[in-house]
Amino acid sequence: MLSRARKTPGETIFDALNVFAMIVVCFVTIYPIWYVLVNSLNDGQDGMRGGIYWLPRMFSIENYQAVFANEGIMTAMGITVAKTLIGVVIHVFFTAMVAYALSRRELIGRKFYMLMGTVTLFFGGGLIPTYMLIKDLNMLDHFLVYIIPVMFSFFDLIIFLAFFREIPEGLEEAAKIDGANDFTIFVKIIIPVSMPAVATIALFHGVYQWNDYFTGVLYVNNMDLQPIQTFLFRVVAQSSSNQIVAQTGGAINRSVTSQSIKMATMVVTTLPIVLAYPFLQKYFVKGLMIGSLKG
Amino acid sequence: MNASLNDIPVKPAAPKSKSAKLMTKWYNQRYLQVMVLLGVAWMIIFNYIPMYGIIIAFKDYNLITSISDAPWAGLEHFKAFLDDDELTSVIRNTLGISLIKLIIGFPLPIIFALFLNELRSLRFKKAVQTISYLPHFLSWVILGGILATWLSDIGIINKLLLSMNFIDEPISYLAEPSYFWSIVISSDIWKELGWSAIIYIAAMAGVSPELYEAATIDGAGRFQKMFYVTLPCIKGTIVILFILAVSGVLNSNFDQILVLKNQLNDSASNVIDIYVYKVGISQGRFSYSTAVGLIKSIIALFLLLIANSVSKRLSQTSLF
Repeated sequence: MLSRARKTPGETIFDALNVFAMIVVCFVTIYPIWYVLVNSLNDGQDGMRGGIYWLPRMFSIENYQAVFANEGIMTAMGITVAKTLIGVVIHVFFTAMVAYALSRRELIGRKFYMLMGTVTLFFGGGLIPTYMLIKDLNMLDHFLVYIIPVMFSFFDLIIFLAFFREIPEGLEEAAKIDGANDFTIFVKIIIPVSMPAVATIALFHGVYQWNDYFTGVLYVNNMDLQPIQTFLFRVVAQSSSNQIVAQTGGAINRSVTSQSIKMATMVVTTLPIVLAYPFLQKYFVKGLMIGSLKG
Repeated sequence: MNASLNDIPVKPAAPKSKSAKLMTKWYNQRYLQVMVLLGVAWMIIFNYIPMYGIIIAFKDYNLITSISDAPWAGLEHFKAFLDDDELTSVIRNTLGISLIKLIIGFPLPIIFALFLNELRSLRFKKAVQTISYLPHFLSWVILGGILATWLSDIGIINKLLLSMNFIDEPISYLAEPSYFWSIVISSDIWKELGWSAIIYIAAMAGVSPELYEAATIDGAGRFQKMFYVTLPCIKGTIVILFILAVSGVLNSNFDQILVLKNQLNDSASNVIDIYVYKVGISQGRFSYSTAVGLIKSIIALFLLLIANSVSKRLSQTSLF
């Protein structure tokens, strides 16, 4: 940070303690995740004895084989992947589209539409009226319940607005002279130059879609339509993990326990996020800043 | 204004009236209008229709009749909530968890950011930061699973405490109401510490190095610089986040508590959001739980306005 010629002894001690404290914070943050990882890679029966803290004692990938052989888990994974991919594309496109229209100062009714949206930031219908709406729309036990009720967010729209305002107007003018309409301009010019904003919102919504379990709990009873997080919630909350073992058939092998399968499922569910996030880091810090300043 | 060349105005009649001009202007921006109106339609359906649905709080609604056919009930459901046996425990749990979270959980990210800001090695700083916000991206279901394993009577926490002779026999922490608040608050801090610090770190990056140099020349130590340079410079950010935190005290972390609650710890985990869910969805008392939810939203709105005006008066910083 600051270049300094000399350090006093007090400063050296301060620096050392500070580094030490930060290492402790990192350890506390990482260790629970590490614990699950090593336990998922340990033989299930052996793991019941406990005491696996740093490395697997009896290394085994059977838990993972059991997870991937389990139809219920794989179906739920498929739902999660589908709802994340489809949800992100639709949410980003739709929200950005509305934001672009609202970013144009000549839009008739712009102030009124902005007011309409701002109200939704501070007040909402709440759980039961929303539930009734979803029921009336016949979206209970339907895949679209994961997509349509969250395809738009006025908060994300504000982040887009901030980005769109920075785009030089000349860019649009040139396209207009070429005879492009506003929708074409949005798709062909605005979206490509707004990739940082698109990536930010895609990341936020992607994480939401991937992690959300409550939508499934509330609106979906059909087991073939529940995402993996809802599946895990039902396993954790109702401790029905014995069912998974029964399903997987201890037949595959006896070393798998409900606990070890749960661990492996947790790792499989979390890994995509952990792997993706270092690459997406640079986007969300910027997005968060804009969101927080405007919000 | 910026009429496209292909958008030939309908009929350029000689002296146009005001409304005809508006029509032409609207027609010329019809693509934009369709784009925005799709969003408005979504908001009407998914934001405003549920707001209208709040009307059932003043009616006796059941799933068989329609909202408009349901008989009026006046303020009956609001009175029923005030008379409810669970009222005191709901208020105690909601405010208790939120206020402790505010007192401990609000300053911690600032302190973390301050010390992180003092690290000399940029690379180390980045690494710590990256690790610290990883948990934010994990779902509460996963963390709930980890916590349930760790806190069970054969879990790692009990083993650790037993081996150090802090306790004589294992405790099922999640089955004891007395531990519930601590579990909720500490796991929330664990998950969000690094993430909440991002905004402060970004704000600190904007502090001019000249201020630090001047302070150094004046003989300020590291702690003095934190207090007299860094903190005052990020005061605005702190105030805004504090307003948001105060207005959110009635929002318990629903996702988190739903995962961690169970029959045994109900007396400590029954917060307002959980109560609305339980009474509304599980017991089907739609009107009553909507009334409870409405009370909550209105109080939250007032809290936001109060926090905003207080901070406007005290520090000239406000949300709106």
